[in-house]
Amino acid sequence: MIDQSPAIILLAPFLLAILLALLGIKREWLCFPLVITGLAISVAASVITLMRVIDEGTIQYFFGGWEPPFGINLRVDGLNALVALAVSTVALLTAIYSKRAVPAETSDKVSQYYTLYLLSVTGLLGIVLTGDAFNLYVLIEISALTSYALIGMGSKRATLAAYKYLIMGTIGASFYLLGVGYLYIKTGSLNMYDIQEQIVANNLHGSPTILVAFILIMVGVWIKMAFFPLHAWLPNSYTFGPSTTSALLGPLVTKVMIYVMIRMILTVFSPEFAFDQLDWSNIVVWMSVIAILAASISALAQTSLQKMLAFLIIAEVGYMVGGVWLADEMGMVGSIYHIIADAFMTLCVFLFAGIIFTKTGRRDLSAMEGLFTKMPLTMVGFLVGAFSLIGIPPTAGFFSKWYLIQGGISSGHYEYVAALLISSLINAVLFFRIIEIAYFGAKPAEGHGHHHEEEHNGGPTEASFSMLFPLLITAALLLGIGLYNQEVVAIITDFVSQFNIGAIIL
Amino acid sequence: MPSSITSFTPVLASLVSLLAVLPIVLLGKKPNLREGATFLAAFIKFGLVVSMLPTILAGSTIEFTVWEIVPNLAIAFRVDGLGMLFGLVASSLWIVTSLYSIGYMRGLKEHSQTRFFTFFAISLSATIGVAFAANLFTLYLFYEMLSLATYPLVTHHQDKEARTGGRTYLTYLLSTSIGFVLPALIFVYVKTGSSMEFSSSGFLSGHITASEALILLLLFTFGFAKSGLMPFHSWLPGAMVAPTPVSALLHAVAVVKVGVFCILRVFTGVFGTDYLQDLDIATVVAWIAAFTIVASSLIALTQDNLKRRLAFSTVGQLSYIILGAALLSDRAVTGSMTHIAMHAVGKITLFMCAGAIFVATGKKYISQMDGLGRKMPITFAAFSIGALSVIGLPPTGGLISKFYLVTGAMDAGQSALLVIFLISTILNAAYLLPIGYRAFFPKDPQLAKQPFSWKTTEEANWQCITPLSITAVLAIILFIKPQFLLQLAGLMVGANG
Repeated sequence: MIDQSPAIILLAPFLLAILLALLGIKREWLCFPLVITGLAISVAASVITLMRVIDEGTIQYFFGGWEPPFGINLRVDGLNALVALAVSTVALLTAIYSKRAVPAETSDKVSQYYTLYLLSVTGLLGIVLTGDAFNLYVLIEISALTSYALIGMGSKRATLAAYKYLIMGTIGASFYLLGVGYLYIKTGSLNMYDIQEQIVANNLHGSPTILVAFILIMVGVWIKMAFFPLHAWLPNSYTFGPSTTSALLGPLVTKVMIYVMIRMILTVFSPEFAFDQLDWSNIVVWMSVIAILAASISALAQTSLQKMLAFLIIAEVGYMVGGVWLADEMGMVGSIYHIIADAFMTLCVFLFAGIIFTKTGRRDLSAMEGLFTKMPLTMVGFLVGAFSLIGIPPTAGFFSKWYLIQGGISSGHYEYVAALLISSLINAVLFFRIIEIAYFGAKPAEGHGHHHEEEHNGGPTEASFSMLFPLLITAALLLGIGLYNQEVVAIITDFVSQFNIGAIIL
Repeated sequence: MPSSITSFTPVLASLVSLLAVLPIVLLGKKPNLREGATFLAAFIKFGLVVSMLPTILAGSTIEFTVWEIVPNLAIAFRVDGLGMLFGLVASSLWIVTSLYSIGYMRGLKEHSQTRFFTFFAISLSATIGVAFAANLFTLYLFYEMLSLATYPLVTHHQDKEARTGGRTYLTYLLSTSIGFVLPALIFVYVKTGSSMEFSSSGFLSGHITASEALILLLLFTFGFAKSGLMPFHSWLPGAMVAPTPVSALLHAVAVVKVGVFCILRVFTGVFGTDYLQDLDIATVVAWIAAFTIVASSLIALTQDNLKRRLAFSTVGQLSYIILGAALLSDRAVTGSMTHIAMHAVGKITLFMCAGAIFVATGKKYISQMDGLGRKMPITFAAFSIGALSVIGLPPTGGLISKFYLVTGAMDAGQSALLVIFLISTILNAAYLLPIGYRAFFPKDPQLAKQPFSWKTTEEANWQCITPLSITAVLAIILFIKPQFLLQLAGLMVGANG
């Protein structure tokens, strides 16, 4: 069993999706336990795989025993073992949250929803684990097609949002596929490591075909990760979809695509090619600076909580793209750490948004009035997520900023450092605005001495356990990942150091 | 080399009030027991700090490393002379303020008292954490914790005014700490690769260029905006919307002193006075502080709201401490460190008097206090003593630190700054003395004619009066026996030589 762990990560949600499709329609009560089972197995397998990677180094898994370049293989190293664990954990936590949210928001399609949910997670996990550039495309499509449907099941405006996403997503995936096509023409291989070997062996780094392939792939993943200004599909999709969908896709889709970008740069094309030969570093870092600032400022202009969070995701994408393209080891480490940290902090705030939406049926910020007294535990969870997004120690977000800024300083990209700091400050404004509403809100603005501690005046009450539990676990994880950041960073550094990134520039 | 001892005591001294949060929350419905928990924590905290005093006075330091959180960078505690001095001030005054809080909060029947005492306790943990931080990173951690933990205290009344005050408070404190200190911190980490531990010779020398040093110095000095250095001072008068115990302990002692303490650490522990002397960049900071001193004193003169006048006075007095550090001479730095204690005792007395007046009469404005000394003789006597200490007149401790600051300015050969000290002393007297004088000798002849009798006094409740009497007496005691404070400060300065 242990040997099969990488495949189990992927197969558990996949097989249960099929099971669910067959059994779930007639027996709605079965859906939730099946989903939880599948994802719990997946998380367990991810943990085992990560431990194995730490012990043994890179794991190769060949489906059916067929070896590449012909067979399908999974290749797990420090990078994707970590990301896979984050993906499966986020999926599990969101699934727990969905217990009440899904029947409430998509009452007539519970089993369909959960089937798609599992398939979408399978797709995302597949993207992370596969060692094959073409399979990656297929898996991108699996996760994308399912997510269009997952979004479309939301409120009225969700259909249009999903349609927009479909158009943009398809364009992005097509770019990627074209790029892979060019690579195949030149190298005759679709296996990521094989492509790299072929490029080196045939000295193809100067080839214009490879260059075009690289550009196509980068543009493709940038569209899919909503890198500003290619982000237009994202805000509405994550605002009007069901709250469970937002809590699943919001934290994961963009982060997984960042992973793809890093994988392409490091493993397929090699950092020498991407950073040294192309000399794009300055341009892309500046693009990310613009992305961070534009998205943060747009977030300020939002009156809907979900939409504000959606713009924050776009800003965070800028953090990570910039961090990667600093062409600095610390920047790369910071970006990868931020994939993990950001997945959980986005999850935290989206779960909060979901709870508020379920409780009040509203998306505007004033729905948060007086919540500190009415929903204290929910607010504690939210505070941790908010502090993490602002970057207040000792949450995970503080440390990802720490490493990213460290990368920015040591590579001399002070514009990037400034953008990160400004964005932190804007996040502080955004979240303290909410905190202020929740803290002052409903209380009448009169002098002192008239209130009593026991005072409760109607309105929402504390969220139910199935919603509160994942929120608080996520908050705890944020603190845990922050306090134990050294352990996570050690795994990442171990992976990144083999590429000698800093040395190339200097 | 002074020896160092490994002990968990400094960590415990910081944590004890954080641990007290649990009983405080659980006992929320039983106010007497709840306040009992606060007192217990305060006494334990003070006891723990005092228990380390002999070791520190003997010239050793006490260290404890909790956790290496970023490669080479640990959450670590170390108690030295300066930390001990500040730790003593904060922990002793917490006991006094706790008693005062009970009187004030119950006297005014304030709402959400459990929340109040909870965040008060958290704030004290952060304060002692700053005092005993061994490196810049730990310092920053507790500094941020203090900013956030004091927000619910500042906005306690939850009305419109509190909302504005709280917004200003966080805007200033967070934007400076994230915008200035954090990048400076990471820059130092990248450039030195060191553990950023404070040492008397600093750890920057040789790692950065002179212009980088100047930028860093300014980033740190302005970044620790809790010190109220202009132009980042407006949060302090804004924070006066808080209940008076908060203004007294946090905005005359803990929070603002954390600000200047951090700056002192940067001067003496990060750069090292010798290195700053070589670079000759501290004068810039000295002049900014000098400007702040004069400007804030002038503004204080125009304030009729007593708490606001005291707040601007605090802004000026804090800059004394910064100026002392920036003068770099041994005596100036000693004066600056002792001024932390002297000003704390004086100013907390003034604030507690302001609160007592409000509890007893509901009056906030100085113009309403004509002749009030005859009704509240103890309060105004204490007020006058506190005022003398803040001005720096005998028989109060304020004289001692001012003496060192002034002579330190002479040592540094900065006669222009000497003049600043003198001007500001006159201004201090001008905005503080008339308050006490008018209270006892009213302008209104009608009031002046009334005979004084102890029977007609209307003081606030005893929980308010006792603490302010204690601190007033303390201000006098510090005049008679300032030796141990000077000795603690001397440990830091001596280490420079």
